[in-house]
Amino acid sequence: MTVFLVIIVLALLAVTGWQISKIFQLSKTHEADTDTSEVASDKDNRWNGILMLGFVIFLYVISIYCFWEYGKFYLPESASDHGSEYDTLMFVSIALIMVVQIITQGLLHYFAYKYKGKKGQKALFYADNNLLEAIWTIIPVIVLAGLILYGLFTWSDIMNINEDEDPMVIELYAYQFAWRARYSGEDNTLGKANVRFIEGVNQLGVDESDSYGEDDKIVTELHLPVNQPVLFKFRSQDVLHSAYFPFFRAQMNVVPGMITQFSFTPTITSEEMRQSEYMVDKVRRVNEIRNDKNKVLAATGESPLDSYEFEYFLLCNKICGQGHYNMQMKIIVESEEDYRAWIAEQESFSETMAKQNASDSENANAPTEEPAENQENSEQPQNDVAVVADNEQN
Amino acid sequence: MSAIASAPAHDHHDDHGHHHKETFITKYIFSQDHKMIAKQYLITGLIMGIIGIAMSVLFRLQLAWPEKSFWVFEFFLGRFAPDGVMTPSIYLALVTIHGTIMVFFVLTAGLSGTFSNLLIPLQIGARDMASGFLNMISYWLFFTSSVIMLSSLFVEAGPASAGWTIYPPLSALPQAIGGSGTGMTLWLVSMAIFIASSLMGSLNYIVTVINLRTKGMSMTRLPLTIWAFFVTAIIGVVSFPVLLSAALLLIMDRSFGTSFFLSDIFIQGEVLAHQGGSPVLFEHLFWFLGHPEVYIVILPAMGIVSEIMATNSRKPIFGYRAMVASILAIAFLSTIVWGHHMFISGMNPFLGSVFTFTTLLIAIPSAVKAFNWITTLWKGNLQMNPAMLFSIGFVSTFITGGLTGIILGDSTLDINVHDTYFVVAHFHLVMGISALYGLLAGVYHWFPKMFGRMMNKNMGYIHFWVTAVGAYGIFFPMHFIGIAGLPRRYYTNTNFPYFDDYADVNVIITIAAIITAAIQLVFLYNFFHSIFFGKKAVQNPWRSTTMEWTTPVEHMHGNWPGAIPSVYRWPYDYSKMNEDGEYVITGQDFIPQTTPLLENEEEMNH
Repeated sequence: MTVFLVIIVLALLAVTGWQISKIFQLSKTHEADTDTSEVASDKDNRWNGILMLGFVIFLYVISIYCFWEYGKFYLPESASDHGSEYDTLMFVSIALIMVVQIITQGLLHYFAYKYKGKKGQKALFYADNNLLEAIWTIIPVIVLAGLILYGLFTWSDIMNINEDEDPMVIELYAYQFAWRARYSGEDNTLGKANVRFIEGVNQLGVDESDSYGEDDKIVTELHLPVNQPVLFKFRSQDVLHSAYFPFFRAQMNVVPGMITQFSFTPTITSEEMRQSEYMVDKVRRVNEIRNDKNKVLAATGESPLDSYEFEYFLLCNKICGQGHYNMQMKIIVESEEDYRAWIAEQESFSETMAKQNASDSENANAPTEEPAENQENSEQPQNDVAVVADNEQN
Repeated sequence: MSAIASAPAHDHHDDHGHHHKETFITKYIFSQDHKMIAKQYLITGLIMGIIGIAMSVLFRLQLAWPEKSFWVFEFFLGRFAPDGVMTPSIYLALVTIHGTIMVFFVLTAGLSGTFSNLLIPLQIGARDMASGFLNMISYWLFFTSSVIMLSSLFVEAGPASAGWTIYPPLSALPQAIGGSGTGMTLWLVSMAIFIASSLMGSLNYIVTVINLRTKGMSMTRLPLTIWAFFVTAIIGVVSFPVLLSAALLLIMDRSFGTSFFLSDIFIQGEVLAHQGGSPVLFEHLFWFLGHPEVYIVILPAMGIVSEIMATNSRKPIFGYRAMVASILAIAFLSTIVWGHHMFISGMNPFLGSVFTFTTLLIAIPSAVKAFNWITTLWKGNLQMNPAMLFSIGFVSTFITGGLTGIILGDSTLDINVHDTYFVVAHFHLVMGISALYGLLAGVYHWFPKMFGRMMNKNMGYIHFWVTAVGAYGIFFPMHFIGIAGLPRRYYTNTNFPYFDDYADVNVIITIAAIITAAIQLVFLYNFFHSIFFGKKAVQNPWRSTTMEWTTPVEHMHGNWPGAIPSVYRWPYDYSKMNEDGEYVITGQDFIPQTTPLLENEEEMNH
């Protein structure tokens, strides 16, 4: 890679040097003040024409180089059900545009080379040809019609949520600069929530009066059972965020004041993905780079970077403030049993609130001895807010 | 119509002798002469361009060597770069202001403002714009808005940093990001003034093209430049007011407690009173301008390129009528595709389908234009002047960037590449680099008309070739890290070890960016040096057919010393031949528009 870079730089320097020498040469020979010496001469036409040919070769070479060297950066096999359709459409589109790219760039630069100006050469007065115009209107129409149809079918497949599959409902909650997930519990229904309920440990503003919310479980990393359709409901606390799941070919903006949604079915567990050929290779590359960096860090006496192990991640993909670049959440796709074991360990919303109330009343009891009044005070604002929130939802 | 137009023109000529009282101020500063205003637009645009590109070099340094200390940061960013390390907030601010400056101040005002002002009166045969006074106000409002935008760089909490799309609530709440305080207020004020400037300019262009064409200059004899400027002005009049309304509503949300775009927000420990607004509404309003805006940027470049290509190929532009039709089609479609920026904004997926359909439709007129340019080169006698090189470069980057639009315009594929570096690569090639090539081509081509001198061609060649290689060096590899899932607007990618092996690509991109930015100094030197010391230009150095080359080299108020010449033919009679295979005018491969039909000539269907 560095070699490639050095070659480019050297080539550019060579061209620059050559040109500068030409400038000196030309400035010596043409002393006259007004003439057309700044208009391209036959010589200029010739070497610029040749460079045009060189340029299209350069374009082909960097295309091949990039596909060869950077093609491996393309994401691993999609870890979601709809992702394979997505990838197929992507490859069809890339293949198509590369064909068009190669042909049109080739023609453009080849003509620039072939028809470079010469004294006495006559251009062809060729102003119009309806047949040609028709051909290159109709061909894009047909090709694009195909792509549009293909794209739209895939789009509606992905975006239409199939309620019959009984997807597991999970809320993803975004705030500056982290994510929370709220599992809907046994009833598979999320309790109502609004930022106006946020208080104390109730950091997501879940409505305590809504019984659906009691079994909700709020966590900081996302565990998904493999092959189980999931319906994500997105809610934001402050500004726009975007929930981007690159490995699942899924993304949806998170908008304050409204609930957006996206549904997919994870199909590859984290463990399977780690062991895939692609990921083994990738992790090895990343760790090589990190080891190299560690040598530098060790020399300066700084703490080394951790060795990297692959985990799926969710990241924020809509500019949301200073910490935007590090707003991530770990995603773990695992077997049904592992998932059940994990979720059983998590504390439900009612348990969290009970704990808080217990410790609140302990605190309240000891010094003031006015439990009744205290409780009233603390409930008062919440009731007001609940009314407001109810009105909004109606 | 042309009879009406020529009457006042003659009056103008009669009192020509009174024009010698011009002072320095009326000639160079508060000038009402369209040629001077064009130069003012160009030089202001170039200065803004220098600032915008310098900003991109700064944040590219950060992206290639994240959180490293550089003396340039300390020098330019001061307290925003403690110990020479760029902070995340100033990174976002640089990205935001870079986008704003390049899109609006360089590529809208600098490109369309310069060449519409210069060429519309000269190429249609008018003494000046319909309203010279309005034209002057338009420039000075643009200047004011530039000054305000630049002054926002110096406010305490930093300039606007919510991205050039300024989506609320981030842009509405100073609690969310520092730049959304005074910096954002100045941004909005600056843009409101900019929009006023743009509207005055656009209305002037439209009225001038419709009313002031000289005798014989029918709409189908207009050069494609004028068609492009004319249609661009119409799109501007249709869409810029919508941005103004979005900006006004945002100002109200920010300062007067309304809730157009804000709802259910808890920030820094308190719930805000705002209720019932929707950020998605803002996105619709913004992109209703924002998408046509990219065509406001690219159409003038297309017009300029068509004109320069025909002249330097010594051939008529291929498919003049198809070119005009595709400009009109693009203009119409550009106003109904804005939703493709919002496929995953939370709007109804059905709307996504509609916008996919309209978006991919716009590829058709674009394809027609690209094929027509390529055919224009075919069997030509190409004169490789720097302007011609930049025009060919334009077609190349327009195709490369345009093709990836097919991926982004497809709602399905957009899901996983939305807001990644793939998008950055796409729009920089198709509208950034392409429009800059259009601007540069225009400067090289019409420099003799503007300043009466020639630019140095050899410096032009160096400038082109290094820029052409550098621009692809920046943006071609960028597609690959984007499609690998790397989000844009990240201060650093080091928090995701998964992205570690893309770091090398970022280094290559940054080096290419530095080289490309540095070579622009050659252009700047050439430009400013040639204004004063360039070789004196002849009247028609490129042997072109259009009317601006029939005016004297020395500028004069009113453009033509005598009566305005009439027009007898379309602007693309290059290498037109008789039946016996000789040029119609012996020894001359072009026929100016002002030349009446010759005896031995048959008029083609134009």
